[in-house]
Amino acid sequence: MDYSKVFTDPKSAVADIKSNSTLMSGGFGLCGIPENCIDALSEMEITNLTVISNNIGNSGRGLVKLLISKKIKKAICTYVGGNPDLEKQILSNEIEVELIPQGTFSERIRAAGLGIRGFYTPTGFGTSVADGKEIKIFDKACLLELPLGADFAIIKAEKGDSYGNLWFKETARAFSPLMAMAAKITIVEVEELVEVGEIKPEDVHLPGIFVQRIFLGKNYKNDIEFLKIEE
Amino acid sequence: MSTQNYWSKNKMIEKVISFFYSGASVNLGIGIPTLVAELLPKELNIFIQSENGVLGVAGRPKKGEESPTLINAGKETISIRKGASFFDSALSFGMIRGGHIDFCVLGGMEVDTNGNLSNWMVPGEKITGMGGAMDLVNGAKCVIVVMTHFTKKGSPKLVKKCSLPLTGVGVVNIVVTDLGIFKPENGKFVIVELASGVSVNELSIPSELI
Repeated sequence: MDYSKVFTDPKSAVADIKSNSTLMSGGFGLCGIPENCIDALSEMEITNLTVISNNIGNSGRGLVKLLISKKIKKAICTYVGGNPDLEKQILSNEIEVELIPQGTFSERIRAAGLGIRGFYTPTGFGTSVADGKEIKIFDKACLLELPLGADFAIIKAEKGDSYGNLWFKETARAFSPLMAMAAKITIVEVEELVEVGEIKPEDVHLPGIFVQRIFLGKNYKNDIEFLKIEE
Repeated sequence: MSTQNYWSKNKMIEKVISFFYSGASVNLGIGIPTLVAELLPKELNIFIQSENGVLGVAGRPKKGEESPTLINAGKETISIRKGASFFDSALSFGMIRGGHIDFCVLGGMEVDTNGNLSNWMVPGEKITGMGGAMDLVNGAKCVIVVMTHFTKKGSPKLVKKCSLPLTGVGVVNIVVTDLGIFKPENGKFVIVELASGVSVNELSIPSELI
């Protein structure tokens, strides 16, 4: 049989994620999160994961499932507000946490995927983020930041083809294409799985070269965290 | 002390908007700053950036037009204006770090006379995380902090030296509180404007810092 990136279900797509793995998970809050992969992982007997994600879930949902079932040893994230389960585990020392400024977080992930061995940024100078880092003066004082990669990335896209070319809807893109580039194995779930060629080349947001596995997701909740309507 | 002369949230946001100019790009922090998007006069032609990956936030969606994939950095549903664009987080923060954002408006826990800002954690009590704040304060051309003048316990948030973990050093250009507008400059707070009926004594800022 020809090699194919297409998997039939989330369970088989994430089956080789083991304890002690480093895992990136896309999405911003609950927007654009890989719901099917998270559900499949929450049913597996794994532990001691290092999870790299902007929020590690929110409002009791998303990656909070892995948090509550004590599968996460270390969280690498940028924002805890809106995630009381994570804040509680941090304050009671149940979980290790590394908080990274969001721009540095994004760029470190991008760097890991794109072969950049380090970069200097003014972000965090004079704060606790600078502790232990090399500082170099350009027009401003800057910190040396290093790449942030992972064993696996789980991400969601609106549309994907069997080669792994992806198209993201609205603001659901966020960290997902960066994480896809930075992980050794990237597992993608899509709302719509299409034939190669259906996404026009100029509309491809992430070329399929960065994707190892793809499957058609189902039963999406697509939760809105804070519904605000024009009055 | 009466608080009847204090500016309302909307009044504070009007004061923030008064610094903008036509065509400016603006990033809004989570909380009070998001009110800017709702109160902004259309004729100003502002492009609002939200760091989760959109330039051209308009306001709130009409009922039935909300989308779970169209949100701001506060994870609230938004609508977009003509000319809007979407992008990933690295490009979004490149826009910020690269100096392409004219104003950033964000909340604060403390601002000191050297323009230092604390707004991301209270050790042992509260961890919000810095999110994009550290990138924004170092990247935006003008940093406006909008916050209540006093903490819930009644201590002033404009201080000689920040006591909480810092978000940025020497980064704040303008502070808008419910009592007035201030600029941290050379170890002092320059008073730009006071809410009418509010006296300098009510600010609880030591006189040598004004």
